[in-house]
Amino acid sequence: MDAARLILLGTRKGTVLLDRKPSGWVARTIEHAGIPVCYAARDPRDGTLWSALDHGHWGPKLSRSRDGGATWEDVLSLKYPKGARYIVKTLPGPDFDPNAPVAQNEYGDATVFKIWNLTFGNPEQPGRIYAGTIPGGLFVSENGGDTWALNRPLWNHESRGGDLFAGDATSENRWYGTPASIDYGVFEPGIHSIVVDPRDSRHLYVAASSAGVLESTDGGQSWAGRNRGMLNDYAPNPSADWGHDPHFVSACAKQPEHIWQQNHCGVFYSDDGARNWRKVSVPDAGVHFGFPVAVDANDGKTAWVVPAAGDYARMAIDGSLCVARTHDGGQSWKVFRKGLPQKKAYDIVLRHGLDIAGDTLCFGSTTGNVYLSEDRGETWQCVGNNFPPVYSVRFG
Amino acid sequence: MPTVEITPHLYRFFPALENRIIRVPAGSIAEVLNAINEIAPGFTDYVMDEHGALRRHVSLSINDTLVVDRKSLRDQVPEDGTVYLFQALSGG
Repeated sequence: MDAARLILLGTRKGTVLLDRKPSGWVARTIEHAGIPVCYAARDPRDGTLWSALDHGHWGPKLSRSRDGGATWEDVLSLKYPKGARYIVKTLPGPDFDPNAPVAQNEYGDATVFKIWNLTFGNPEQPGRIYAGTIPGGLFVSENGGDTWALNRPLWNHESRGGDLFAGDATSENRWYGTPASIDYGVFEPGIHSIVVDPRDSRHLYVAASSAGVLESTDGGQSWAGRNRGMLNDYAPNPSADWGHDPHFVSACAKQPEHIWQQNHCGVFYSDDGARNWRKVSVPDAGVHFGFPVAVDANDGKTAWVVPAAGDYARMAIDGSLCVARTHDGGQSWKVFRKGLPQKKAYDIVLRHGLDIAGDTLCFGSTTGNVYLSEDRGETWQCVGNNFPPVYSVRFG
Repeated sequence: MPTVEITPHLYRFFPALENRIIRVPAGSIAEVLNAINEIAPGFTDYVMDEHGALRRHVSLSINDTLVVDRKSLRDQVPEDGTVYLFQALSGG
């Protein structure tokens, strides 16, 4: 995708489409005005535009446009099936007693709180779309989004207590909640990253906060944790199998064994298909904390991150916005600032807020600023400063 | 037949409910909402979750009494009752 002609912004106040015109990128009138849109993307196979609506009152919905954004329709069919339960996670309250006996599992009936990500299948599976949700369900459509089914092998994974459709837990639930779920009055995990191997449609990855990365090589019939090498700095056992907090995971299109992860605890890279991760953060260079990561489509060793001050602040470091790029698998990073504000900038770019198409990159912040680079991140131009808080940026 | 008054915010998604008096057969709250869904397909997806419970930020009353049973929605609406459906306030 070298000549991107469309950018989709998912924002707190709707979907913004930007067209590439001779004069530059021009925003259309906002769609879904007033409705939070946590993710928006274009299906490259048939051109359908998708927005994941995050209605405050009316529940999450998908909206799609089959005419390039002129008209949109609701898709209402993404629902947990009867019997889909989960083991409720709660944040320790002020009266939490670490010495108290472990309480009995409490079970909740799953309901979709948030549709956090949409990922499109390979061209050989033209109707297949994946959706990641809070509370941690992967949904799959085989017919272009008309109907959806919960992927039960992942929902029933032994790392989450086993098959709760069949009865009570048969194993410990080692998935933890994401702070992104607290808005919905729960503390449950969420699937925000889905990777389909362009060479093999049966080969999938998902990433969940806070659990980690899982891989399937049989089209989602079985899943295995892929968290070796991950370090969860804030946990009693940093190298535990589960409980990791990937913020976003992305793979190289042409070399998908090169897979990147911007994690809560740093930038991690794998050159063997997530079998082994290694931390490639350089905190002294400011490359450590952040949310998104973008990977070059042809060279798996080249990736971009938008560094931020750590979880204590979650904003640009020292008021200075920058983008960092590596070309050698994270051994070295170059930090680029030209065209980005270097004083009194407090932006944070969320996990879906950065995208790449060829040599063009674009990111948007929750401060409503959108920046674009046409030279692989080295210099930046401002696309606009008055967008609503930006949740996602995707080229179409 | 009971009357149903809904927040005008929902007219945006269900124009079939605008500029009319909504009257449906008496019954439980669940039956009333499902009757509105017959007039405006998809309506229940906006106010109820996949298990038939009222969404967290949706409020509902029969006359001036807030519905307490938000899970199974079995409260009965009398023939001369009015159901009010509105959204809980939130900001941002």
